Amino acid sequence: MIPEDVPAALVRRIVGRHGGDATRLLQILIDVQDETGWLAPGVITAVASALSIPRSRVEGVAGFYQFLHKQPVGRFHLLFADNITERMQGSVELMASLCSKLWVEPGRLSEDGLVSVGTTSCIGMGDQGPSLLVNGQPLTRLSHQRINQVAELIRREVPLPGWPAELFRVDDNIHRRDALLSLDMAPGAALRAAVALGRDGWMEQMRASNLRGRGGAGFTTAVKWMACRDAPGAEKVVVCNADEGEPGTFKDRVLLTRMADMLFEGMTLAAWAVGARRGFLYLRGEYRYLLAPLLEAIDLRRAENLLGRGILGAPGFDFDIEIHLGAGAYVCGEETALLESLEGKRGTPRIRPPFPVSHGYLGRPTVVNNVETLAKTCLIALHGGEAFAATGTAQSAGTKLLSISGDCAQPGIYEYPFGVPIERVLEDCGASDIQAVQVGGASGITLASYEFHRRIAFEDVPTAGAFMVFDSSRDLFDVARNFVDFFAHESCGFCTPCRVGTALLKKAMKKLAEGRGAKTDLADIEWIDRLLKNASHCGLGSAAPNPVVDTLLKFRPAYERRLQSLDFEPAFDLDAALAAARRASGRDDPAAHIGAEEADQKG
Amino acid sequence: MSKQFLFDGRPVAFEDGQTILQAARVAGHYIPHLCWHPDFPPHGSCKLCIVKVAGRHVSSCAMPAKEGMEVESNTPEINGERRALLQMLFVEGNHFCPSCEKSGNCQLQALAYDLEMTGERFAHFFPERPVDASHPDVLLDFNRCIFCELCVRASRDVDGKNVFALTERGINKHLVVNAESGRLADTDLAADDLAANICPVGVILKKRVGFAKPIGERTYDVKPIHLVAMEDGK
Repeated sequence: MIPEDVPAALVRRIVGRHGGDATRLLQILIDVQDETGWLAPGVITAVASALSIPRSRVEGVAGFYQFLHKQPVGRFHLLFADNITERMQGSVELMASLCSKLWVEPGRLSEDGLVSVGTTSCIGMGDQGPSLLVNGQPLTRLSHQRINQVAELIRREVPLPGWPAELFRVDDNIHRRDALLSLDMAPGAALRAAVALGRDGWMEQMRASNLRGRGGAGFTTAVKWMACRDAPGAEKVVVCNADEGEPGTFKDRVLLTRMADMLFEGMTLAAWAVGARRGFLYLRGEYRYLLAPLLEAIDLRRAENLLGRGILGAPGFDFDIEIHLGAGAYVCGEETALLESLEGKRGTPRIRPPFPVSHGYLGRPTVVNNVETLAKTCLIALHGGEAFAATGTAQSAGTKLLSISGDCAQPGIYEYPFGVPIERVLEDCGASDIQAVQVGGASGITLASYEFHRRIAFEDVPTAGAFMVFDSSRDLFDVARNFVDFFAHESCGFCTPCRVGTALLKKAMKKLAEGRGAKTDLADIEWIDRLLKNASHCGLGSAAPNPVVDTLLKFRPAYERRLQSLDFEPAFDLDAALAAARRASGRDDPAAHIGAEEADQKG
Repeated sequence: MSKQFLFDGRPVAFEDGQTILQAARVAGHYIPHLCWHPDFPPHGSCKLCIVKVAGRHVSSCAMPAKEGMEVESNTPEINGERRALLQMLFVEGNHFCPSCEKSGNCQLQALAYDLEMTGERFAHFFPERPVDASHPDVLLDFNRCIFCELCVRASRDVDGKNVFALTERGINKHLVVNAESGRLADTDLAADDLAANICPVGVILKKRVGFAKPIGERTYDVKPIHLVAMEDGK
């Protein structure tokens, strides 16, 4: 329980700071929780009443995001990143070790309210894991020694600002630079070039560049921009999708760290082309530690008249950017779910059509672009569309940033022109004896060694940037199972196939992992895969079966050696279910167990 | 000459702005659905209304009809997938049809008969979903919820009360009511609100009128849902 005098006044103050605007509900809840620790029922009621919106709406939103808590959490709340690459680096053992040192069970709050420990999806630190978030701040390169250190700091209740800075160090790990990462641009240089071209001239350069979206879908950026520009409605909006949630991806984190100014310049270039006055950066909650430097970068640009009114003296060129935080929901990387979240709602993907370019944020024509896409527009403004189109491949112009993690000597960021073969990438990052690469994250494609001649490009192996490497010691079933659990955890639950299908897949993989599988289970898995792919409401559901489909096709023995029988095996353990009856009757003799008779006969 | 598309090989006329499902209904073709309701905009969550257009699956309740489209609906492939979606809904909740007050009036049950669902195929989840009997006139049995959000939409858009909402996500998503106590009695729901009368399954039930008509003589006991649905616009 929170003290009674806290909520109402505090909540009113925070809601006031947000102008009493219900579209800022998610931001308000994040701020309130910073003060109250968790969102108790009374706090939720207070938020609803301060905003004059139904309490049920606030509760709906509070329950949707993993980083909002409807139950109390510890004063130190730790979430281990649970992606497969972190597991390969020993995260499971480290978490068990920390829990035993602190006398706390995973997922439970310690009795004194001091600490709670759990897991979360990939936090974008795959190149320097194992990693965790403590009260939202990332800790990297965890080891047994660091876990001891952390346990001691928590036991002594040292506030986070007093923890050694080294624990929080996040490295960029850039190992290969090409056009984007080697660009050294003075703030405003690209914008000056575009303003000199005029809005139409600049759009023409974008069209000539053939730039395609770097978020995964690969839609032609200029087509999106033109559709937004030409859509009815005066108030256009530019949104940067910095909700980099795909497991194994962290290249946007590095761009946001090192090239934030170029990203904001890219957003401003988009605004110039489409005539937008308002911009949002939607920053995933896991990257909240970058919020302060990003806000500083925005302020600097305002001071230099690169944001605000009459940018660079161009009449009518008014544009500004605000940052919204996410709160632990992978699905918000889907652009319409992101827009819902920006409007302060649950991150449920919308029905399409209509598309965001005509009906986006608050129904206004909206461009939603990935961080890397927007940063690259600076290259186009500086060097021209044709120069950009001349690099990469015919259908995939320019370069691609890869986030490499897993079994390799040098994990980190690599920038290549599109068209680079997988085997070249593996060689460069120091990977040997590799049996598989997961390109594009959990929703991507699993490539077996006989496919390493294939190329990174929209027309061959498309990717948003994740590149996870697995050597021959790894079990591809464990990889697929990790991704299946991820999708079940991240499904928004809106549509039947994804809500139930991802949960059913999770159960089926657990059954196989426990050695209780049968051939019928593989048939069920393939059937669920098909329903997910065909009937899901959005890309999350239709991509959810990818890792299973691919590994079943290319690494089937990893599944088959787990099968108990080639016929049918129930998920239900009859003998275990009788445990309560045995306790009640005080019996535990062999005759009180199912299966004992058969064992006797065989014996 | 009005615009047309082909529905299972037969021409169907439509007007601009109509969805596939709407145009098909007008032409007398039934497409199974649970979350769609003629008085509300499309929702698109149950996915029972999936059809195939040019090799792609789409939700017919939400997809605008287009000239020359070829729509496949009543085919073994699509009906097989619809049956599996029903099976998913059955194993996700706790549906004990023989003891349910809604038996015979339940659209989920009726569709399962209509699509010849003879078993549940997948392992049950057996979720724990306590009932809420606090309200004097209305009982909530969450065990049967299929997340169509018709009560949410009716309460918000028609009754103007926002009594219902969904919280959590994924398989843990569930219905909540607009009260800090979490109890229906502490909301302003009235028994004659649209929200209290729109549930297609047996979550929202009126008290003291149970089993007024015996099971066996109810709506879908006497006529299959594909006929009933075309009569009254449900």
